[in-house]
Amino acid sequence: MEMLLASAIGALSAAGIYLMLRLRSFPVIIGISLLSYAVNLFLFATGRLAVNAPPVLRDGVETYTDPLPQALVLTAIVISFGMTAVIVIMALGSYLSSRSDTVNITRDTPAEQEGDA
Amino acid sequence: MDTAGSFLPIIAALPFLGALFPGLMIQAGRNTCAAFTAAPTILALVLLLLCAPAVLHGEVLQFQLPWLPKLGLNVNFMLDGLGLLFAGLILGIGLLIILYARFYLSREDPMGQFYTYLLLFQGAMVGIVLSDNILLLLVFWELTSLSSFLLIGYWKHLPEGRQGARMALVVTGTGGLAMIAGMLILGNIVGSYDLSVILTQKDIIQADPMYLPALLLILVGCFTKSAQFPFHFWLPHAMAAPTPVSAYLHSATMVKAGLFLMARMWPVLAGTPEWFYIVATTGLITMLIGAKIALFKDDLKALLAFSTVSHLGLITMLLGFGTKMAAVAAVFHIINHATFKAALFMTAGIVDHETHTRDIKRLGGLRHLMPITFVIVTFAALSMAGIPLLNGFLSKEMMLEEASHTIWQGNHWIVPVLATLGALFSVAYSFRYIVHVFWGPQRDDYPSKPHDPGFGMWAAPAFLVVLVVAIGLAPFLAEPLVRASAGAVIGGTLPEFHLKIWHGITPALFMSGAAVLGGAILLALHAPLMRLWLATPRPEAKTMFDAITRAATRASRAFTSGVHNGALTRNGATFTVTVLAAGWLAWSSGETLSASREMLPIAAVPAIGWMLLIVATIGLVAFHRSRFLALVLMGIVGLIVSLGFVYFSAPDLALTQISVEVVTIILLLLALNFIPRTTPVESHPARRMRDALIAVAGGVAVTGLTYAILISDFAFESISAFHLANSYKGGGGTNVVNVILVDFRGFDTYGEIIVLGIAALVIFALTDTVLKGRGGRWLANWDKRKYREAGDRHPLMMVVATRVMMPIALMVGAFIFLRGHNEPGGGFIAGLIVAIAFLMQYMASGFAWAEARQRVTYHATIGVGVLVASVTGLGAWLAGKPFLTSAYGYITLPPIEKFEWATAMAFDTGVFLTVVGAVMLALNSLSSMARRTGETVNIFPMDINPARADADGTDEGNA
Repeated sequence: MEMLLASAIGALSAAGIYLMLRLRSFPVIIGISLLSYAVNLFLFATGRLAVNAPPVLRDGVETYTDPLPQALVLTAIVISFGMTAVIVIMALGSYLSSRSDTVNITRDTPAEQEGDA
Repeated sequence: MDTAGSFLPIIAALPFLGALFPGLMIQAGRNTCAAFTAAPTILALVLLLLCAPAVLHGEVLQFQLPWLPKLGLNVNFMLDGLGLLFAGLILGIGLLIILYARFYLSREDPMGQFYTYLLLFQGAMVGIVLSDNILLLLVFWELTSLSSFLLIGYWKHLPEGRQGARMALVVTGTGGLAMIAGMLILGNIVGSYDLSVILTQKDIIQADPMYLPALLLILVGCFTKSAQFPFHFWLPHAMAAPTPVSAYLHSATMVKAGLFLMARMWPVLAGTPEWFYIVATTGLITMLIGAKIALFKDDLKALLAFSTVSHLGLITMLLGFGTKMAAVAAVFHIINHATFKAALFMTAGIVDHETHTRDIKRLGGLRHLMPITFVIVTFAALSMAGIPLLNGFLSKEMMLEEASHTIWQGNHWIVPVLATLGALFSVAYSFRYIVHVFWGPQRDDYPSKPHDPGFGMWAAPAFLVVLVVAIGLAPFLAEPLVRASAGAVIGGTLPEFHLKIWHGITPALFMSGAAVLGGAILLALHAPLMRLWLATPRPEAKTMFDAITRAATRASRAFTSGVHNGALTRNGATFTVTVLAAGWLAWSSGETLSASREMLPIAAVPAIGWMLLIVATIGLVAFHRSRFLALVLMGIVGLIVSLGFVYFSAPDLALTQISVEVVTIILLLLALNFIPRTTPVESHPARRMRDALIAVAGGVAVTGLTYAILISDFAFESISAFHLANSYKGGGGTNVVNVILVDFRGFDTYGEIIVLGIAALVIFALTDTVLKGRGGRWLANWDKRKYREAGDRHPLMMVVATRVMMPIALMVGAFIFLRGHNEPGGGFIAGLIVAIAFLMQYMASGFAWAEARQRVTYHATIGVGVLVASVTGLGAWLAGKPFLTSAYGYITLPPIEKFEWATAMAFDTGVFLTVVGAVMLALNSLSSMARRTGETVNIFPMDINPARADADGTDEGNA
């Protein structure tokens, strides 16, 4: 089972990286979202895997899975949403303002600031 | 710790605190501003004088306060003779400079700024000389570099000022870096960063193989700061600063910091051949070069600047000799140089101020026009030349005496001869200041009609000249101070000496006489020598410095634009490759734990889920150009991830993930309304291949890393056991994840909701900006028909269903919220569920319709959420506990069963409100774009209004 999770995280990362390197904003957003999944799952996995052992205390139950990564990942999921929302609006704003959704804006003149500035 | 010792941090802090005032007080006039600058300086000086008697009796005052004790960084101050001397110079001359600057600065100069910078600099300098901890000393050392940068570049409108400031910062900053390394090595050798400990470990330090590297690095720091050859070039360029700055920085403070440190470290670093040959030789060369150049400078301040370089070289050389008597002479010359040089800089400022030029060639004959200035200059310059009955003579005699019996590489002659030559040049340029500026015929082409300035301006240099004469006539006045500070430098018993004018017929007297005579001859021959000087080529430091910085800038710019030229894709690729390389390095050089865990068996359902996820992921890459399809596939991925959380015992995560998933997809769908629906093929196949390679490498690396973690147990004991054991006992909840969120790590959560709130506000602000700009105008002309795909905007079925769902969804939200402490749920999840319930109304009946029925603004919801969380956290203070400590108990409400209350629940309410507010504000911002396109507010909740008489299902329902 561990191999399945590890390879799933790997696949999500690979797809995330590939899409993040595209030239338009939408695939970049999708790529970053996929990377967020991968990172959240990875953090979660650092607590090691356990089946049927949720960290909710019950009388007579002794084994629980690691609660700490779960708490960290929970807030991470919400924060990833916040981040996704911000970049969606940034992408939208740049598209509406420049009518182009490319992510690379070419710099016409490199900032030459030699000598005295 | 004695009372006097506790003055020390106050003395060091006063200038910094005082720096707050000038900027404010300038509103009340220039005199008030100057008075408020002088007040903290006077106060610090008074406190210092209260400490003085004890220090002069040989006591060392100390103050200790641990700051970061594990790093060895403590706020330890000490005051011994050396510290007293320097602190006295810094504060005393600082006071005179404040007075002088009040009259020097013109009405156009922002005086408040000037005094603020001056006090910052003063505080940093006092900090250096009072520090007993070398790490603390380094902090102040860097502060002097920064504040002097502000002072030197004070006249921002002058390019020379900016360039000079930058050059000073680069040179002294580089030296500071070397100094940090040297100090760390030194502290490492001794095992303590406290000066009072280090200064007792001479043998250990000098026997250590790292002695030489430490010495070299520290000396680079000292030499750059004190403008020693070959780093001397920055000082003359720093003369572009206003004269009060030059007078302060280059007589008593900044450049003396390097000397101070050499003197401070003298007991442990000096006395070795390395020290002698490096320090004494550098000092000697600097003295000669500085003196020679000074003679040929026509700018008064440049003359003084190079003479300062020369005198700093003299003191460095004395410290380099390594003998006790030379150290005494060095300390004495520090005092004398500070007095006459500060006075001379101030007079140069006066001449400049009154005649509007500092060019010696345009001056001359001023003695009758500016008699007071003339008298001051005469005494100060003669003292610099080393003429008897003035203080410069005394220390120069001591210097020549020491030089006369110094042997360099077995050669008895070289040091005395060169030292005499240095003194000879010194006499020549000192005389030149007097003769070429004040003697000679009166001219009628001065740029401005010169006359003596007001009392305020000449008071400060006059006071200093009184000291020059007093010490020169009665050297015993200065003796206690010299003894105390020389004692601190030497760190042992003082040699037998008395400061006196007449030492008998000694070699030094002959050398002195030769210097005065030779200097006078040199001045007489000045005109032909000057022609010779101008005819010979000489290296120009500024061009070399500029060439080096330009080359460095070009190289770093080439590198930077190579790895990230501002293009997001290139940044992303560089970043990924760098992380992969670092990971590879760690992987190949480190070691991994062997497999120690039993693997879980692969079950059928999870395997199907895995396949779905992989297929969806591959599909995403393959079909990402079709954007709607990509969203559907992403929904599948999110769903499988949520199910994965369920399977691996993380119900809270599953609930969060699935609700976030819903919100995210809705957000992206809304965004797709405005951006193109497909992604065109742009990049070259080779580029796609390259990206695919990077991506696959990344994926393989992440897989390997995750697997490596999963197959072995923790390398160290985890802290999770604590949370499991204390969740119920300490936090009063059985859902450990929720207890961690609201209690154990409540502070993290507190930070996170604030971040979330800020993100929502950023979205709001961005939307607002876009709508006000070009984007808004474009949206206003949006062709709706082109994009309208659904014929029925607000379908009856959906409206009815969401209305029915609303209370149920809200109740589920409340339920999830309330059970959160003990069962999966909590504020985050409840917030998302409630937000989704609202969203459904928005989708069913349109944003505007729903918004018209909403009474609370989302900004307020976010604010109240954060406020509730803060107040809950602060409540713990009332109970005398740290921020966010929670309390809990149980109450029984009759119809329901036993019910728990906990302050954590109030905190969770804050989380809940913030999440609802943030999600809704984000989506609402998007909807405001839709409204800008002219989407109308529908009066009725659905397109077909059953209650309406003329219900016919036409579009007019949206009027």
